[in-house]
Amino acid sequence: MEIINIKATDETPEVTLNAANHTFLIAGRSLPEDVTAFYDPIVSWLSVYIQEPNDITEFVFRMDYFNTASSKMILDVILKLEHLVESGHNAVVKWCYREDDEDMEEAGEEYADIVEVPFRMIPIEV
Amino acid sequence: MEENQIDPKFTKFAYEFHTTMVDRKLMLAYEGEINQQLTKTFASMAKNTLEKDEEDNSVRRKVFHVMVECLQNIGKHTDDPDSGTGISPGSGIFLVGKTKDHYAITTGNIVSKTRIHEIRTLLTGINKLDPDDLKTLYKKQLRESRLSEKGGAGLGFIDIAKKTGQKIGFDFIEVNEKVDFFLLKIRIKRN
Repeated sequence: MEIINIKATDETPEVTLNAANHTFLIAGRSLPEDVTAFYDPIVSWLSVYIQEPNDITEFVFRMDYFNTASSKMILDVILKLEHLVESGHNAVVKWCYREDDEDMEEAGEEYADIVEVPFRMIPIEV
Repeated sequence: MEENQIDPKFTKFAYEFHTTMVDRKLMLAYEGEINQQLTKTFASMAKNTLEKDEEDNSVRRKVFHVMVECLQNIGKHTDDPDSGTGISPGSGIFLVGKTKDHYAITTGNIVSKTRIHEIRTLLTGINKLDPDDLKTLYKKQLRESRLSEKGGAGLGFIDIAKKTGQKIGFDFIEVNEKVDFFLLKIRIKRN
């Protein structure tokens, strides 16, 4: 499957989607002007991936910051993982946050509350 | 024109502007177009200033977040004073103030009268909610909302109220029969 490799900018996160390598990562800050232009290719990639997924999908989020428009798109990404779980596959979100960032921790807990995907909350030492 | 090349009225204005900024404890005042570049510049500027002032990490993050949401709001949701229809990028005023207890972020922009009822209802409703209700509403809206054409998630005000734990200040002043000037003031508690 095609590999997505996007470098981080001051308004968009680093993204790596590599099924062969078992790497699924979004990390950094997200406040683009046009969130759909940035996230649509990622969501489309996942739509294809979930047709023939790996045995286990560990999706890592390691966000420093995201605006509310991005929060909606991040949910769309997580909902693709929910499809995986619903179709009997093994998927987990590893939600990494700076240990002193209670807002980011709470954001992860809120996603965990509204989707049927297991979350692992991972504080990162500052 | 005086021999010093400055109209005395302008000097008076500049001095009054200076004293107003000082009296009202404003550290930044801007009027004009708000685009993405400016949003990033202001937000980073604030982040650096707060870092230099050794402000708490959590306060820094909240100020950054409120600034981004407010500036992107103006950029996306400002209307033209003559026609009352949307303009892009939007423009308006943007103020950042700092007192002993709070940072205050204020925005002011032109909005069509057709949108006022909706904004007022939304903000009045949010201001009535306690933190638990805000959390519930945020999750509901996150799950159920669709991104608008302008890329808004309808989450901005709810999220601001939730993260700051403060009521949102707002007001409208009539500009003409089509539009009002919409003022929004958000406070972030300093620790």
